[in-house]
Amino acid sequence: MPDDQFNASESRKRCLKYRRRILDISQQVTALHGAAAFSAMEMVDCIYNGFMQWNSKSESSDSFIMSKGHGCMVQYVILEDRGILSKKDLDLYCKPEGILGCHPDYGNPGIEASTGSLGHGLGMAVGMAYTEKYVLKDRGHIYTVLSDGELQEGSTWENMMMAANLKVNNLIAFLDHNGFQSFGRTSETHPEFYPIKEKVEAFGWETVEVNGHDVNQVYDAIKTRKGNKPYMLIGNTVKGKGVSYMENTAIWHYRSPSPEEYEQAINELDEVSS
Amino acid sequence: MRNKFADALYEIGKTDQRICAIVADISPAGSMVNFREDFPERFINCGVAEQSMIGIAAGMALKGMRPFCYTIATFSLYRPFEMIRDDLCYQNLPVTVIGMGAGVVYSTLGGTHHTMEDIAIASAIPNMTVLSPCDPNEMKHATTWCATESNGPVYMRLGKVGEPDLTASADEFKIGKIRYLKKGAGDICILSYGIIMKMAFDLAEEIYNEKQNEASIISVHTLKPLDKEGISEVLKSYSKVIVIEEHVPHGGLSSRVKEIALDVNSNCDLKVFTLEDKFIHFYGSYPELLEKHGLSLKNIKSKLD
Repeated sequence: MPDDQFNASESRKRCLKYRRRILDISQQVTALHGAAAFSAMEMVDCIYNGFMQWNSKSESSDSFIMSKGHGCMVQYVILEDRGILSKKDLDLYCKPEGILGCHPDYGNPGIEASTGSLGHGLGMAVGMAYTEKYVLKDRGHIYTVLSDGELQEGSTWENMMMAANLKVNNLIAFLDHNGFQSFGRTSETHPEFYPIKEKVEAFGWETVEVNGHDVNQVYDAIKTRKGNKPYMLIGNTVKGKGVSYMENTAIWHYRSPSPEEYEQAINELDEVSS
Repeated sequence: MRNKFADALYEIGKTDQRICAIVADISPAGSMVNFREDFPERFINCGVAEQSMIGIAAGMALKGMRPFCYTIATFSLYRPFEMIRDDLCYQNLPVTVIGMGAGVVYSTLGGTHHTMEDIAIASAIPNMTVLSPCDPNEMKHATTWCATESNGPVYMRLGKVGEPDLTASADEFKIGKIRYLKKGAGDICILSYGIIMKMAFDLAEEIYNEKQNEASIISVHTLKPLDKEGISEVLKSYSKVIVIEEHVPHGGLSSRVKEIALDVNSNCDLKVFTLEDKFIHFYGSYPELLEKHGLSLKNIKSKLD
């Protein structure tokens, strides 16, 4: 991982640009999963633009899996920014002539695994991390972003246990803990889901809990990890972060904003940046 | 058969660093012990966590490996079905899923351990290749193909140990092609696959003894992609075609051969013998359980004439 100081203000500028781009694309489609992308935004920016080692602008020795595949808009806009996906690819999002859908598809530029069904990404990430560390001998790191709802899948816990058994300390998972799933607020629908941190630690992981929208906190946590175990950063986030009417409102899990709502969202982002 | 599988994997694994074995709490035997000892970094035991087994295999394949996942058939295919579909088949990764003891070979273990619908289930997924070798040597050929030539996911049935050699005078083994194990001068042909193939040989022998009609025997080791052309030719060339399979009636070889017979307007006398579409609560030997399903020489012969 890079030792040079992460530039937080550059990161914030990028995230603003990415949110705008996602809102632009929202005007072309009815279902977007935009809110799920907004909650993971800062963490995914830190991964791609802070942690992953790039041999060239588009070639990395590390890997990233968007295990919460419904948040892949954030991945698409970053891949576009890095020149791995084209503007045309994003303009044709969910269109018959295009290649990008609502979930990431392996084989598309920059997409290292197909996801969409929850509870699949961590297993693949463990297999990748194991191969890098033990077969190819200490090469890359594997980064993955999980949703909090995804932690209800048994397969996630199977793989949490295997990651610790296999000692894949080159695996770094980010939990996008926005506290919401389709049915509502997780703390109300599944109170025994909490506490999360202790559960993950009990499975043999090193963990930290930070504000997932604070890029300094995210960056510092990863940089100062002990690094002898698989690592999970629990990022407390806000679903739909950055657009007031989207924040913590279940319908925005799927919906795209109307033209009026789009204007309001862009204005709110502009206010934040000024 | 299990030993030949492990032997083949170990031999190829010596020179190909991409070969790895991921098991779910199956204690290694024979060459699998050597594999684990000689290539420890390429042997993973996930424990009783089959979803993890498939997910990890997918991740390893995404990094260039050619994993073999190995456990009892019901647990290797049914429990992690969605991982097999999404992680392996949707991404079209070169991972071989071995279903050990497929069919009803674990007769006394009960329905939870009987794999009666695996061919239908595995064949239904796009990109999947489905194999079921009939004897140890055919197993060796199939394993070698999976390890060295396959470019996508494979589900392969594996028997237990001690199966007889049935392919000594067989045609060459080619993936996707039916294989004559015996070419007879008579007008009867028996199609089968997997370890129940022995019953095809016993049936052919009885038919010959009683009627001096020398039946041909074919191994349909590749259930997907199915050799439609080869099977069409069989339906045209013989007046009686018999299918024997250790699988429920739908979605296996029998129903596929019927489809082909319809497609080619075959007028041959086609008789199929399968497991029943039933969970049978019976605890006896493997042949006794097969008999309860109607898969016995006596029952088959009584329905042939």
